[in-house]
Amino acid sequence: MTAVARIYRWEIVKLLAQKRTYLGLGAAMAVPLIFVIVLNLQSGGPNDVPLGRYIRDTGLATPFVVLFFMSIWGFPLITALVAGDIVSSESQHGTLKTILTRSRDRGEIFAGKVFAAATYVLVIVFAMGLVGAVAGSIAWGFHPLTSLSGSRVSAGHGTALLAASLALYVLPLAGIAAFALFLSTVTRNSAASVVGALMWALLMQLLGVLPGTEAIRPYLLGTQFEAWHGFLRIPADWAPVFRALWVCAIYIAVPLAAAYLVFLRRDVAGD
Amino acid sequence: MTDDAPVATSGLVKRYGDLVAVDGVDLTVERGDVFGYLGPNGAGKTTLLRMLLGLIRPTAGQARLFGRDPLADGAKALQGVAGFVEGPRFYPYLSGRRNLELLADYDGDGARSRIDEVLEVVELRDRAKDRVGGYSHGMRQRLGIASALLRRPQLLLLDEPTTGLDPAGMRDMRELVRRLAGEGITILLSSHLLNEVEELCNRVAIIRKGRIVYEGGLGELLATATTGYRLRVSEPERARTVLLAQHGIDTVAVTDGELGFTADEETVARVTITLGQARIGIKALVPQTASLEELFLGLTGGESSDHDREAVA
Repeated sequence: MTAVARIYRWEIVKLLAQKRTYLGLGAAMAVPLIFVIVLNLQSGGPNDVPLGRYIRDTGLATPFVVLFFMSIWGFPLITALVAGDIVSSESQHGTLKTILTRSRDRGEIFAGKVFAAATYVLVIVFAMGLVGAVAGSIAWGFHPLTSLSGSRVSAGHGTALLAASLALYVLPLAGIAAFALFLSTVTRNSAASVVGALMWALLMQLLGVLPGTEAIRPYLLGTQFEAWHGFLRIPADWAPVFRALWVCAIYIAVPLAAAYLVFLRRDVAGD
Repeated sequence: MTDDAPVATSGLVKRYGDLVAVDGVDLTVERGDVFGYLGPNGAGKTTLLRMLLGLIRPTAGQARLFGRDPLADGAKALQGVAGFVEGPRFYPYLSGRRNLELLADYDGDGARSRIDEVLEVVELRDRAKDRVGGYSHGMRQRLGIASALLRRPQLLLLDEPTTGLDPAGMRDMRELVRRLAGEGITILLSSHLLNEVEELCNRVAIIRKGRIVYEGGLGELLATATTGYRLRVSEPERARTVLLAQHGIDTVAVTDGELGFTADEETVARVTITLGQARIGIKALVPQTASLEELFLGLTGGESSDHDREAVA
């Protein structure tokens, strides 16, 4: 096992030993559950959101609808909760100096943390998807899904589309995680990093709805949370998907590179 | 300066804004030394250790551990080096053993197989399963030593290892340091406690405001101090003339029939013979040694704890 893999494994152990990890994961799983329960008790539905009208046709629609609602601040908050803490908690506990005085270079330790944060983002999104699909299917059955183009696809095909959509949705969320990790490295303060990253996510959303921002809208991070709509068109619309790939790559790479440079050089003292 | 000395620094400076925490330190610790880095709180002891461990970047100057530069060589510079600054810190939500397993994995090199052994050395085996969050200060210090020993160090850097311990804990910690030194590990230990350094170290550097004001053995420090003697004799006036005639004695003070003078030991030996030959009876000849404590306070400007500056030191 390489050094980074060993560090990554321990980063996961650390995450699994901390309450905030479960708080985030629990919230990601509770939201679709509550969503299904509430819709079961009421007759109305979220008709003005993508796939909202078909929510009771098949359990497969549930995670898609929840993706929409959680993109505004739910997932960004859950993401920032952990990614904004992953470096600063070590500063606050004073454990950063403990691990930096062993036999691993700072770059390796940073890489371990990046992979751990990425794993967490992946897990919360897919956990939501799984819980949503299962709870929705229990409530309304596992039936064919109506696409955004109006044609129906089989339940099996719908499940594949869901997996692809969740994977694509991970990218903008990783952009927020990268920004939170950057703040975590620079501020050494978990609360500031979590709040700062959430503000960043909300700012991206806000810019997207202000008048006059049409020209930059396709390149905002918030817009990429809708890129999965491309998968739900028959035939698939690849333009938003490909754009999300490169736009998110920038939103991930820039803060990560900055955080990496700071982490390599910063003084670890008095924290 | 030997090229591969365990610790060698030259012109090392660390500045925080206006405060110069470490001010041009040239320090060499040789193999086998138990070296005391002694100074009041806020003198810049921890800052020096941080630079040695590569945790902070020097403003100027160089640090070398066995000839390797912590800045340029990163973790490789810490090969064979272990230690902690400002008290060891661990993950409070993991057990003592889990913490050691984590650090052993960061070390590689079969460190995992030594966990039981080092827990035994610091007598923490019984509590290894408990979370570190519930450990006392003394247990954390001991776990800190255990985590350092996992690396099979040739050089141990210890920052005030007995601070905050009760008397029994202090005694155990010093005993442990002595034992490790006995096994041939070079130790650089910072302390603000003179008696601790006196007890453990063969060489010291005394620090004042980031600068080394004395470096060498404590015994030599004592010997360099000008030593005064008080002499009571049967005939003070005649004795005074005899004393003043001796080479190496410049002035003799007389108070209440008692003579006071300054001289080295050789001169004093000659004085007693001369006085005897002059048939002057010696009633008492008392050396007025400056204590190490006095020398230390003199060198460090008598500064006591300065907690405001400790935050950056």
